[in-house]
Amino acid sequence: MSKTALKANNSKLEWVDVIEHVYESRIDAVGLNERVASLATRSIKKESKLEALNMIVSMCDLTTLEGEDTKGKISQMSAKAVKPDPGDKSIPSVAAVCVYPSLVSIAKEKVKNSNVKVAAVSSYFPSGQVPMDSKILDTKFAIEEGADEIDIVINRKAFLEGDYRKVYDEIVELKEVCKDVHLKTILEVGDLRTYENIRKASLISLAAGSDFIKTSTGKLTVGSSRQACYVMAKAVLDYELWTGVQAGIKVAGGIRDAKDAIRYLVLINEEMGDNWLTPDLFRFGASSLLDDVLKQIRKLKTGAYQASYYFPRG
Amino acid sequence: MVNWKYSESIESSEIVNIKKKYQNYIGGKFVDPSSKKYLNTVSPSTEEILSKIPLSNQKDIDSAVKAAKTGFEKWSSITPQERSQYLFKIARLIQERSREFAVLESIDGGKPIKESRDFDLPQVAANFFYFAGWADKLDISWSAKELKPYGVVGQIIPWNFPLLMLAWKIAPALATGNTVVLKPAETTSLTALHFAELCHDAGLPAGVVNIVSGDGSTGANIVNHKDINKIAFTGSTHVGKLIQKSLAGRDVGLTLELGGKAANIVYEDAAIDQAVEGVVNGIFFNQGHVCCAGSRLLLQESIHDQFIKKLEKRMQTLRVGNPLDKNTDIGAINSKEQLDKITSLVNEGVSDGGDLFQIECELPGNGFWFRPSLFTNVQPSYSIAREEIFGPVLTTLTFRTPEEAIEIANNTEYGLSAGVWTEKGSKILWTADRLEAGVVWANTFNKFDPSSPFGGYKESGFGREGGRHGLLSYLKASL
Repeated sequence: MSKTALKANNSKLEWVDVIEHVYESRIDAVGLNERVASLATRSIKKESKLEALNMIVSMCDLTTLEGEDTKGKISQMSAKAVKPDPGDKSIPSVAAVCVYPSLVSIAKEKVKNSNVKVAAVSSYFPSGQVPMDSKILDTKFAIEEGADEIDIVINRKAFLEGDYRKVYDEIVELKEVCKDVHLKTILEVGDLRTYENIRKASLISLAAGSDFIKTSTGKLTVGSSRQACYVMAKAVLDYELWTGVQAGIKVAGGIRDAKDAIRYLVLINEEMGDNWLTPDLFRFGASSLLDDVLKQIRKLKTGAYQASYYFPRG
Repeated sequence: MVNWKYSESIESSEIVNIKKKYQNYIGGKFVDPSSKKYLNTVSPSTEEILSKIPLSNQKDIDSAVKAAKTGFEKWSSITPQERSQYLFKIARLIQERSREFAVLESIDGGKPIKESRDFDLPQVAANFFYFAGWADKLDISWSAKELKPYGVVGQIIPWNFPLLMLAWKIAPALATGNTVVLKPAETTSLTALHFAELCHDAGLPAGVVNIVSGDGSTGANIVNHKDINKIAFTGSTHVGKLIQKSLAGRDVGLTLELGGKAANIVYEDAAIDQAVEGVVNGIFFNQGHVCCAGSRLLLQESIHDQFIKKLEKRMQTLRVGNPLDKNTDIGAINSKEQLDKITSLVNEGVSDGGDLFQIECELPGNGFWFRPSLFTNVQPSYSIAREEIFGPVLTTLTFRTPEEAIEIANNTEYGLSAGVWTEKGSKILWTADRLEAGVVWANTFNKFDPSSPFGGYKESGFGREGGRHGLLSYLKASL
């Protein structure tokens, strides 16, 4: 038995089953778009809106992934993650801060007295175009620095060349490095383009042991979409049906306002059920989203919109 | 763990002014019924009496037909361009007042506001726009010398899409130069009576559109009137047959759009999640009060269990309740009578041996409600597999091969619509070729467009509505 076949056993779904499901990926784009558009007509008002906004805050992975990131920037953002709106104590902390591996220790220090987790992107985010050894090294470093969660990218080169086994094997190997550290696998739906590809990549990533699947790096012009999220939600549900394992979803890239974020919650609520409405199973990758959500909460409570300078910089 | 409940989001009904009592619209005037009799019209979601509508008798129909005859002289003498302009004006007025009509449709008929707002009203306007465009282009399609309008057309419409069925009837009739006497269904007359006001506001010449409300006897008076030149009816096959009998031997045109028991065929190579959505939309749209509803789910045996599991889970997310709540998916059953009919057929299905799944949900105290329901383990001989239930009840049958799917699908007296779900294009064409149905939807269901003809095979009726074919239903050979 090959090394990879052994690993497949540990992830509860044999590779032969995985690949069969992958090849059976059939999605009707017209029907899917229609369903997603219809979910967007839900009218979320009053208490249910406030509940939604608070949930969104608690599900945010507050993120900065730039070459210009410094200790100072990470400290600012981490402080905001713990206390998003100092003027309103009822607002929860965000779920996590998401940074590059070299900045994990700074973030970790700033959030140590809170529930906020530190997530690091690794495996040569965002392209992943390096040998496997380098991806392992990148991931190991992030974990040693104290990362609670690891966000990796799938090998799109292998995926688009049709080498699904390589995509799977790499994730399996990185999951072994992570062990109990929470693994989020980024599909980069903007590279995959078709709904079938998104489903295939979702199933491969789930079967390889990802705790979460995530839409995007945020580095492409095409980021997350509710359609991509829908495809991933269905894949997660099917995976649960086959294995009993409940995996999470993180949507990231281009979600900038509360209205859009609420539509994601509606989608998850109606397609997956409200047991998925927890930071353990659903996250938003966010940079500008959080500020809009805070503004909307203030608006609901006071009846007036407040200028940005009433909210602290992150 | 959260328990996220959507707060109520009620569409305001202040925009609608429901009168205490309505009048017929005859010869450009609003007139009391000579019968002096009225019917109560009830909101099916509250059982509250909303208003009184005329119960028109023979004398009322006499004056409506007479007015339409006079109107025809004027309407057929103006230019096609002018007729077109009137129809465009009506279309624009509908768009302007669409919120008012949508709210009224939901109050009077029980359908969810999201459907009356996003489906019925946009379709109503689209039909008037579409046929307005045809009015001055008939000679492009046919030689105008060969075809001419019937004259006075009697139109009797059902309660499931009150204003949309009115549009399907009135727009092509007027575009082709006919004048009409229209009777809306007795439980859902309010939007038609408000539409009369809109015709008045549009300055439509007197007698071109006449709207008289009433019950079955009023409809019979229209059918049997000696000066009627054509009848267009949408409703049950039973009443359709009665109308055809009454017209036997008379030189009166007839088109009938009747019942259905559509097969929605799901092959194992379908995009399953979208097929589940399509099946849900096919049967639960408008509480299943749809003549072309996909009421018979034909599932390939190999995917039966998986599909039913997903379908039941999806059904459980349907939100049943106040039609004016913007988040309601399933509104009220249109009438007590219809609720009784649905209930009795479902009871029969259970005693025949079908397995019944109904979603768990709270139903409002007053009003007429029925839980979205799914039957499995059904044999083709059961009445729930043969009779039109016209409610939120889906019946599942299974098949082994494409040939068997066709046999089961066509094993019905109806032939209005059908659906096919497969990712394989050649299989769609193979199947559609063999289905005896006026409309076959592929990988979708319940899609409508004014340019697409709609109508039945077999006991689902004859004649087409919509498109170029729909115009022919209102034109006859010139002798």
